[in-house]
Amino acid sequence: MKKFILKRLLISAVILVFVAFLIYVLMRCLPTSYLEQVARQKSMTPGSKSFDEWMAQLSATYGMDKGIIPGFLSWCGRAIRGDFGDSWKWTVPVVEKFKDCIWISFIMGAISLLLEIVIAIPLGIIAATKQYSRTDYAITVIALACFSLPTFFFASLMKLVFSVKLGWFDLGGLIGRNYEQLSAAGKFADKAHHLVLPIITLVVINIGYLMRYTRTNMLEVLNADYIRTARAKGLSERRVIYHHAFRNTLIPLVTMLGSSLPGLFAGALITETLYSIPGIGFVSYQSMVAGDIPFSMFYLVFLAILTLLGNLLSDILYAVVDPRVRIE
Amino acid sequence: MNKNVENKQPLTGTEELSLNDDRRVRTLSPGALVVRRFLRNRVAVTGLVILILMALFSFAGGLITPYKEDQLFYSTTEQRKQYAAVKENTEYRYVTASKDSFPSVAQAKFVLARKTGKEIFEAKKVTYTCVDEGNDVYIIYKEGEESPVAFATYDIVSSSTGEEEVPFLLQCEIIRASAEGKDGFVYEGDTYEVTEDGAVLSEGTEIAYVSRYVVQPIMGDVFLSRGFKDALIESVQADDAEFSYTDEDGTEAVYDITYDPANQSYKVLQTVETRVFDTYHSPTKEHWLGTDKNGMDMLTRLMYGGRVSLYIGFIVVIIETLLGVLLGGLSGYCGGWVDNLIMRIVDIFYCIPSMPIIIILGAAMDAMRVDPQVRMIYLMLILGFLGWPSIARLVRGQILTLREQEFMTAAEACGIRASRRIFRHLIPNVIPQLIVSMTMSLGSTILTEATLSFLGLGVKFPFASWGNIINDVNDTYVLTNYWFIWIPAGFCLLATVLAFNLVGDGLRDAFDPKMKR
Repeated sequence: MKKFILKRLLISAVILVFVAFLIYVLMRCLPTSYLEQVARQKSMTPGSKSFDEWMAQLSATYGMDKGIIPGFLSWCGRAIRGDFGDSWKWTVPVVEKFKDCIWISFIMGAISLLLEIVIAIPLGIIAATKQYSRTDYAITVIALACFSLPTFFFASLMKLVFSVKLGWFDLGGLIGRNYEQLSAAGKFADKAHHLVLPIITLVVINIGYLMRYTRTNMLEVLNADYIRTARAKGLSERRVIYHHAFRNTLIPLVTMLGSSLPGLFAGALITETLYSIPGIGFVSYQSMVAGDIPFSMFYLVFLAILTLLGNLLSDILYAVVDPRVRIE
Repeated sequence: MNKNVENKQPLTGTEELSLNDDRRVRTLSPGALVVRRFLRNRVAVTGLVILILMALFSFAGGLITPYKEDQLFYSTTEQRKQYAAVKENTEYRYVTASKDSFPSVAQAKFVLARKTGKEIFEAKKVTYTCVDEGNDVYIIYKEGEESPVAFATYDIVSSSTGEEEVPFLLQCEIIRASAEGKDGFVYEGDTYEVTEDGAVLSEGTEIAYVSRYVVQPIMGDVFLSRGFKDALIESVQADDAEFSYTDEDGTEAVYDITYDPANQSYKVLQTVETRVFDTYHSPTKEHWLGTDKNGMDMLTRLMYGGRVSLYIGFIVVIIETLLGVLLGGLSGYCGGWVDNLIMRIVDIFYCIPSMPIIIILGAAMDAMRVDPQVRMIYLMLILGFLGWPSIARLVRGQILTLREQEFMTAAEACGIRASRRIFRHLIPNVIPQLIVSMTMSLGSTILTEATLSFLGLGVKFPFASWGNIINDVNDTYVLTNYWFIWIPAGFCLLATVLAFNLVGDGLRDAFDPKMKR
């Protein structure tokens, strides 16, 4: 087992280096960046150096004058020590900005994942046990509709209904207008209040997949021989489903949910942007659009690490949860 | 065929079929079985119907609709525009013979000389003489020259015909005549009459007039007639707030007069009907879904947007399927180091976060001002290039399992050559899985494209796409007030993606021979 994990970790590290290199090349090849914008602004001020001179100076300051491969190596060297440079847009170290905004994304992600589990798994099981019934059709269509729903459209609808027509929530942002005057509890309540719509959006958008996944796996288990045996033994349908079948469905479910845990830190780019929640997704969206190379680089590599971690977790969990799987 | 045979036999009843006769059993080809299973799935058929409707809406609709994709519509609104300005002249105005004949230094010296009552003054080593003609009219001569170089007065001589300016010397004569109160003068052999209200007539027709008010049109292409100016000046003197004038064609127009203390002039505002883009017009009989922010017909935009969304979806899926089948097939069939290499590339692609990458590329294309049409092609290529790894993985997995099965061994034993084995025996068995994943990824590609266009990083104006139609909702005013702009596009998008998913789901069930029913 240890050997397996070690081997997988090594492979992941190699893949990560390649991914980081690809991303670095892409970022360096971009025809325009924040630097050019800054240089243009600075060269506009009267009595200033020319655009080219500013550009050269800024490139040297930010280490953009090196070739792609030396530049990448020096980036790697600093990144391993946890130094990702200063964000150009936010003018603070990248890691500091990241620490500022990651938690709100994590909280949003965690709450919505919990809600998804609570809602989707029972519905998926019901759909599977009543295959081809009306309930099953309804649940299937709802699940497919949920993941066919364009995030931005759903969020706009929510805003129209709950913010504009009913006036229950603000249109966007994490804190209200009078946030500073509130007591500690009031501040917490204010933030929670602002997170309601984003979390509902996240849940609805993501719930379809989990529902389908539960249904498919439950169906597979229900068709297995040991379920027929259990029924043949004369066990009650309740016991067959919730005792024998459900426990076996848990194997793929736990594996899938476990591997999605790292994804909680990835943030929800679209949802956060739509509701202007200053989480990692919204912040990095703004950075990417502004051409802030250090922050975008960090975010992309961070996402790649999360994906690799998720894959690794899924392999390990699969072996841990299912005793039939043996890794040699 | 089979069906016909089977149906006829019992009817004729000439032949008693034995129990194990194949003809007793309805035999259907695997393809027909799949179709039957698919058609029995009501949800999937609904999806198919929605898809057909959407395709009709987008492709046939664009042909039926009377409007073009980027046809603009206008409406007329009443706007108050500045029409003319009236100013009473309270300072000397200098009219000079030629541009530099009476420079501003000399003008200043003239004012000084006027105050001290001198008649001769000097500026820049040139001596001028000014002759007081009475009634605040001064004519200025340069020493040693007979014709005047300039004159200074409160009055202004303007041409009545509006074509060319009155020649300087003629102006000079007119001013002199009106200052002295004469009713006529002779200039270059022609006789001119000057009437009491300041009009100058030559052979009975008016050529110019003298007035203390400056009336100037504000819009460039307007000529103000004499009658208009007179009527206007009358109203200004009477301090009217409103003024109406009937021109020669008999059309009456009403103007508002406002006094502008900043530059001590009167402004004349005309209320005119102006053609503007018919933006955000509510649904009407002509425009069933109203018009958008550019004044284009919403329903037509929606149809063309559907075309763009479907085109992009299909092309992207074709690109990623071709790449995926080629690389996945190679990987699965060749095995060994080829397999290893391709699978590591797939691993790397899996780790690349596609949405952020596309956003970065979109922002870069924004900065480069890429032409919208070229941009659309880039978008398809990028989406296709980022999407192939999952298909490659699927194809490889399928081929790996199929390769080990008996029919492949049999094919090999029969001595069928490799290319035929791959294309006739291996690939057809992968196709069902492939079709399912293509249908599903059509839906998700359309969704990705719409999201990008919504963020303003995908399909750009003038092209419509369902995503960039909804983009308007970023304006809270549109979100609140103009539902017809974004809700129809959203539902089209939802319906199409959902239909692709339903059909894909139905196909998966239909292709799976183990499924019950």
